[in-house]
Amino acid sequence: MKKKKKLTLLQKRSLTGYLFVLPWVVGFLVFYVRSLVMTGQFAFSSMTIDALKGGYTLDFAGLENFRYAFTVHPTFKQELTKSVMNMLIDVPLITFFSLFMAMLLNKKFPGRSVVRAIFFLPIILSSGAISEAMNLSMQMMNGGVATQAAETAATAGTALAFDVDYLVSMFMNLGLPASILDYIVEAVARINDIISASGVQIIIFIAALQSIPGSMYEVAKIEGATGYETFWKVTFPMVMPHIITNVVYTIVDSFTESTVVDLAYDVAFTQYNYGLSSVFSLVSTIITCVILVAICGFIQKRTFYYN
Amino acid sequence: MQKAVAKTNYMQRIKAAAANVDSRKKLLNDVKGFALALLKIAVLVGVGYVILSPVIGIIVNSFSSNSDAIDPMVFLFPKNPTLERYSLAALRLDYLPTMARDIVYTLTLTLLQLLICSMVGYGFARFDFPLKKLMFGCVVVMIVIPSHTIMLPLYMTFREFDPLGLASLFTGAPINLMGTTIPMYIMTLLGCGVRSGLYIYIFNQFFRGLPKEIEEAALVDGCGVWYTYFKIMLRNAMPSVITVAVFSIVWQFNDTFYAKLFLISENVVISKKIASLQGVIANQDKILNVTVQELYLDAGIILVLLPVVLIYLLLQRYFIEGVERSGIVG
Repeated sequence: MKKKKKLTLLQKRSLTGYLFVLPWVVGFLVFYVRSLVMTGQFAFSSMTIDALKGGYTLDFAGLENFRYAFTVHPTFKQELTKSVMNMLIDVPLITFFSLFMAMLLNKKFPGRSVVRAIFFLPIILSSGAISEAMNLSMQMMNGGVATQAAETAATAGTALAFDVDYLVSMFMNLGLPASILDYIVEAVARINDIISASGVQIIIFIAALQSIPGSMYEVAKIEGATGYETFWKVTFPMVMPHIITNVVYTIVDSFTESTVVDLAYDVAFTQYNYGLSSVFSLVSTIITCVILVAICGFIQKRTFYYN
Repeated sequence: MQKAVAKTNYMQRIKAAAANVDSRKKLLNDVKGFALALLKIAVLVGVGYVILSPVIGIIVNSFSSNSDAIDPMVFLFPKNPTLERYSLAALRLDYLPTMARDIVYTLTLTLLQLLICSMVGYGFARFDFPLKKLMFGCVVVMIVIPSHTIMLPLYMTFREFDPLGLASLFTGAPINLMGTTIPMYIMTLLGCGVRSGLYIYIFNQFFRGLPKEIEEAALVDGCGVWYTYFKIMLRNAMPSVITVAVFSIVWQFNDTFYAKLFLISENVVISKKIASLQGVIANQDKILNVTVQELYLDAGIILVLLPVVLIYLLLQRYFIEGVERSGIVG
């Protein structure tokens, strides 16, 4: 009791502050810090599981798991590069697509609330089992179930593929570099993924656009700026900080849904190779973090902070 | 005299020309505006179609009968619509009891998320204590670290759950919590549930944006810290509460990662059950035609999504307003 009275008001307040964040601190220490340390341990050791008691013993194995993952495992490297490539293609597309959509949805027009409701629907629909079934029925929309079956038999929609090939060869002949063409074709092929992955980003951008003071647009208008100039000189710099938020969110999201995660899960729970699975997780996390830091650093330098 | 007439003529001509330029400009602007509006509508309709078409496809499929499924002429409108898909899918999903359990599970977890995350967010926003910056950095780290990195240790932890050695002290052995929903509740209670980091971040940003005078007034009127938080701050934070509630309901309901990791029973998490529905129907009802199986799967998907979509549509308006007013924007 005596001791309590000695506390100043400020100390008391900081104690209450600790009380408020206490549950999270405990959770973070128990579930995150401890788990990360354990994952690191697993990655550097070979584990034998005692099936009877349910316990396990760890033997230090050095870099053996890493060697196995990178030189012996048949699919890991491919899955990893595929995931990283997909992510690198998706991130700029999703960011710009969602900014564009947010600008469209931000203006007032009849039926706006309905359109907004539709645009955020993908957040609901983006669940593993459901989205798979969705993809199936997406294909069926191309013309009944029967044609779909016929199409899959004839190596997936030759009619559609022909058109794309035709266009690609046309642009090739026009002298466009193949790498840009590849990117565009990839982007068009993934339009469905991109739209369904950008629900949250659109929300964030709409909120960002709402927070731009209207006086800025007035000034731009009075100074005689065109719509194009207004976008690049007012809107874009003002939403720049939120582009970072969105990029981080997109990268994390696309990695948690990538095939590497599935692979790590499979290796752990069907082959019971915990060490290898930890290596997969660690490597993919480290790569994600490196990409995150690189991209964020890159954008941060060009970001203008209003406040 | 003639000179004056010529002058007025001249003036009139100039005026006419000016008016002409004006009207031409106006016409040009009108055309431009119209074309832009058309383009906008085209983009919105197109993207809307991409989003909605699988949904439409699923709805159509879930109503079509066997003959419709193999009839290439059927598009959008089944010739012999049937409700049989729904009745069998509901039977095999054990729909109402499972859904009721799942909704209870989702809603209780959402309430916990709201309580814990808003508390933590408030703590970070309004109190100063040592190491606060570092701790908030940890929240960001939590958002960034993909949850699959820590999945194995989590599995281990809850497989042999032994907090501070208490469990083995009383029962002699650690408790196996696999297959129950308890791990999810424990994690959520400690602020580490599905995307809790994001919610903490949202709440923190929102509370920081609220005026300090509200709390000072409460303090002067003799309000304790906890009373202020529950009765005043939380009420004022309604926009972000709704935002987080919608996110949390949707993501918790759709979550299969933790459900798979903790081996939570299919009878609680219905989105796990939907994954095996096709196989169950193939085995138990001896429906071997894959296309027909998929019709049942589609009906099942509609059934599973129905409550979430309803909740979303109900909260949709508040949700988007809430997002605009709440602190997602840092």
